[in-house]
Formats: sequence, structure tokens, C-alpha cells
Amino acid sequence: MLRFGELKKLARASAGEGKPLRIALLGDSATQLLATAMRGTFVHRNLNVSLFEADYNQVEMQLLNPSSQLHAFDPEIVILFQSSHKLLLEHAARPFAQKAMLAADRLSFIESTAGLPWMKGRKLIVFNYPEADDAVFGSYANKVPQSFAWQVRKLNCGLMDLASDCPDLYICDLDSLQAKYGRDRLFPANLYVSTDMVLSLDMLPLAAARAADIICALKGTFKKCLVLDLDNTLWGGVIGEDGLEGIQLGHGLGIGKAFTEFQLWVRKLRERGIIVCVVSKNDEAVAKGPFTGHPDMVLSLEDIAVFIANWETKADNIAVLQKILNIGFDAMVFLDDSPFERNIVRQGIPEITVPELPEDPADRLEYLYSLNLFETLSFSTTDADRTRMYREEAGRMAFSRTFANEDEYLASLGMVSDVSGFNAFNTPRVAQLTQRSNQFNLRTVRYSEGDISTLAADPSNICLALTLQDRFGDNGLVAVAILKATDDETLFIDTWLMSCRVLKRGMEAFTLNCMVSAALAAGFSKIVGAYIPTPKNAMVAGLYPSLGFEALGDGRYGLDAKSYTPLPCHITIKDK
Amino acid sequence: MTRKDIYPRLGAIMCEVFDLDSVDINDTTTADDIPEWDSLSHIQLVVAVEKAFGIKFSSREIMRWQNVGELADSVIAKIG
Repeated sequence: MLRFGELKKLARASAGEGKPLRIALLGDSATQLLATAMRGTFVHRNLNVSLFEADYNQVEMQLLNPSSQLHAFDPEIVILFQSSHKLLLEHAARPFAQKAMLAADRLSFIESTAGLPWMKGRKLIVFNYPEADDAVFGSYANKVPQSFAWQVRKLNCGLMDLASDCPDLYICDLDSLQAKYGRDRLFPANLYVSTDMVLSLDMLPLAAARAADIICALKGTFKKCLVLDLDNTLWGGVIGEDGLEGIQLGHGLGIGKAFTEFQLWVRKLRERGIIVCVVSKNDEAVAKGPFTGHPDMVLSLEDIAVFIANWETKADNIAVLQKILNIGFDAMVFLDDSPFERNIVRQGIPEITVPELPEDPADRLEYLYSLNLFETLSFSTTDADRTRMYREEAGRMAFSRTFANEDEYLASLGMVSDVSGFNAFNTPRVAQLTQRSNQFNLRTVRYSEGDISTLAADPSNICLALTLQDRFGDNGLVAVAILKATDDETLFIDTWLMSCRVLKRGMEAFTLNCMVSAALAAGFSKIVGAYIPTPKNAMVAGLYPSLGFEALGDGRYGLDAKSYTPLPCHITIKDK
Repeated sequence: MTRKDIYPRLGAIMCEVFDLDSVDINDTTTADDIPEWDSLSHIQLVVAVEKAFGIKFSSREIMRWQNVGELADSVIAKIG
């Protein structure tokens, strides 16, 4: 973590190339230092951001006045930072009976802000409120709704309720930073009185990092996979030397408790959709021994998407892993107790995140919590199935080797697809795919759940969500297309993306067939597509010409829907 | 301990905070004499001096200093 002084120097650096992301910071206390820390953090993370900072304490005026500087700036993201201290002053100023309404009033302000017509299409990030006990009632405050402790907690809970209902509202969890580091480190009383600062210089980089984590996730940069070493990482000791009875795991032997609790954390990550893999220098049978034979093992082999145990270098093995999973190295976290192995992996694969795991296993979880590695923007229940899907994929790879050619193999899979529009059930997954898909993504437009609902509500759009199922299992919703009418005859492919776990199955041909028949059914005769290059989507650079589109220039391609012959593929529409 | 004993360390801290190669400070130096010394970097300076000397300034002190000499007096009073 960079210190404030370093961030301040970075903040002066150039913001990078291309069109900057426009972010506005509104606060009810002095925000210059927070803004400086944010600017430095954005530069440090290669985020090209133009940050607008409103004058002190103009939140309402800037939001509500159509001729305000904020409206003129036209931000894509609005960050609202209101301090617990201002809240405490407001609490003090209220008549006693009105104190019980403090949280409700603030929540209704935030709810109405999120619901402003002007906010439509923009994201709102709200810092929550670090708890403070004014000790007016002591612990009895927990029985008194008018107490500050009651109100600030109610406010934070209310923000969670609100955020779970508003797809474009995200909470930046400042209170969790205070829970970790303590109020005395967060709040500099001497500087607050003399300069109105509510966050200490030491805390500013952490607060800015939490906001940047959300913004990176909004831009599609987040971790998808956890790669684990085994010996002295997942259990204490060396399985090849100490044997099944000698390793430390569980509450019996040595510091086994630390490893058990680490495994419980890994399993929770797996349940929330993080792909968990093992890369170990071991014989495979020995390495798998504890998974199948140790009574205190929390993780089972079913929790591990890909298990690699051999004597190759870890950097080479992680490269193999990357090919199987088809995700970027920058989406991976590698955990290993050995500084030597960590350095080899860092040198071989600079993009991967390799935390400096503390030597004492007891310190590791708290350290890992502090890194906030697994920020996300969405969660859907299908996330929990991701590991199962990768395991099925490994089964498909083994099965495919028994066929002479690919066509014969694809025909044998019995692939069916459920094709539908966007609805309440699939909206979270559709939004998530627009945020996560980097490789097979023609224009890489990121949408929130709110955006997806808006697109679906417009009858002039054709929205397609496609699943894929075969004899090995259900991949779930894997492809999305959004077509917008540009005139009476023409549809423009605003979004076409596909999950990389269904590459090379003919899904792109099937999706195009579906697009064309939907276009014809709606009375359109032309389809226009475009390719916008990113560092990650080179695989679809030539997609349109390869599917029969004609180049129109400027990276645009056209297809005559009326003379289109459906492309051959082995996927059929699922019977409902 | 006198103000002059403090200045070399104070100067080094100021160079670090204000990102300068050298500063020339004396009893009457104020923020007006150093362009990089603004209200934001002043907060950095306060925190950096607190950390370097292992002390904590009171809000009254932070508000009261008129020049570098008085800042040095606050440090001396705390470290003895």
C-alpha cells in the first residue's frame, strides 16, 4: 500500500491515454486530501480518470441544480462522502424525539439521490458511516432508538438494504476499515479540530483503495481465480515427508487451527464463485492424499477446479492453468508460503497478484482480509456452480480426445440452448457477463443490472440471452446479444459477447442464426456489427468477416438478413 | 535542546514532505517563504513531524504556530 505522500506525487502524473473515466466526488467535509489520495490511486492502478471535486459541502446544490458544475461535468460515477462527524453534529442539533429519525432521513436523501432522473445511467458510490459511540447512554444505547450508536448502525444497515434494491448504488465500506484498524487510527481528532479533516493521512490511501476497488470492478478488472500451494499453505508441514498423520490440520495437532480456518475462508470464496485451483510440487497421489483421507480437511477435491501436482516450475504450471481456464493472469491470485516460489511466479508472470503471505500462519487471514482482493460488482447464485462447470470442462477435454475430428465430437455432445430475452431471472447474470467477459466481446460495453433492465424495457431493442447445455452438464447463460434499431431496416449489434468456457462449440454460429431470425421476425433486413479492439479481445478481431459479414469501413461490418443462410452448427433450441 | 538543534531534522522532513532538494529554514520562516507549503502539505508536515519525533501535537498548537521557530518550540517542549 502506497503512503499518502507517494500518492500525492503520483496524483500529478499524467492520467494515461484515451478517453478518461469521469468521476465526481461530493462531500460534506473537506475532501481535497481524499481526492488527492484517489487521484494517486487511480494513476497507480492505470485507471485514466478525470476527477471532479465539488466545493465544500455543496452536495444537494450540485446534485439538484441542473446548471451546477456537477451537471456540466457529466460524470459516469458519482462518489458521495458524508462523514460520521457531520452526522454526529446533526444528531446533536435535533430535538430529542427527532433523533430517532436521523438514519431514516439520511437514507431517504440517499434513496432520492439514487432515484434522481439525472442519475439514470450513472453509478453512485456511497461511503458508509464509521460507527462512533458518543457514550451518552453507554451500552444502554442499544436499547434507545434516539441514541447515536443506534442511528449510525441503523443507517449502515439501511444502506445495505438500499444497495441491494438499487442496482446502480454501491457502498464503499469505510466502516469495515474502521472495524479493522480502529477509530483512533481512522479519525485524527487534533487535525479535525484544526483543519476539519475526518480521515487520518494513514487511512486515506486505504479509503481511496476501497473506492478504487469498486471502480476497477466496474471497469471489468477483478479477481476470478485463487491458485493455492499445499504444503505449509493449506496444511502445516510437508505431506511427502510428514505423512497423513503428521501434517498439522484441525484442532488436534500444533497450529492446525490456523490452516483449518484458512481452508474455511477458501471454501467460502469457492462458494461465492471464485475458481480455486491447486499448483503443488508433489506427486499427484501424495498431494491428493489429505483431500481424500484426512478427517480434518475442509476442502474436498470437488472444491478444486484444476489440480496440478508435479515437479515442473510453478510459473509453468500456472501458465497451463491459464490455458485451461481461459482467464487473464491479472484475474489470478497466487498464495504460497515460500518466498522463493512467490518470487519465481512473480518474475515469470508479472500480471498475477502474489501477496506477501506472513510467515506465521496465524497472521495470514487478517493480512489477506486487509488486501480486499476479491471485490466484485455482482453475485448470482450461478456463481457457486462455476467450479463444477470447470470440472465438467476438464471432462469434456478428456472425452474429446476419443473422437477423430471436432465435428464428430461436437455432434456427440447433444448441445441444446435456451434462447430468451432479458427478464428478472437472468438480468443479474446478463449484467455480470457484460462486466466479466473480455475475450469474446466485440465492443466491451459494460452494463449494470439497472442498465440491462432499461435496455430490456425498450421494445425497439432485440435482447438475446442464450444458455448452453450438453451431456456433461449445464453451462448456464453463456452468450448475450443486444441489437439496437438504427433505422426501420437496420439493427446495430451494440453488444455481442460469449463466455470463454464455450469457445469452439459453434455457439457463435448458433447465436448469429438466432440474431438473424429475431431480426427478420421484427421486420429488419440489415444487421451491422462493429469490432472495438481492447488489449484482450483480439480473438474476435476477424469474427464478422469469418461469419459472412461484409466490411463497410471504419471497423463496421454489414449482413443482409434476407439472403442469409443459417450457419451449420450442432446446437438446437431447447424444448420448453 | 534549542531550536537550532531541531532544524536539521525539521529541514529533512520538510524536504521530504514538500518534495524539495533543500530548504533553508530559520526562526522566522513561514509558509509564505516556501511555495510548496500550502494548507494540504501543512497537514502532511504536522503528521510527518509527529511520526519522526514520536509525539502528538495538540489542536491548539497546530492552530497557533506563526513560524518554524514556534513549531520547533512545540517539538522541544515534548521531547525535552
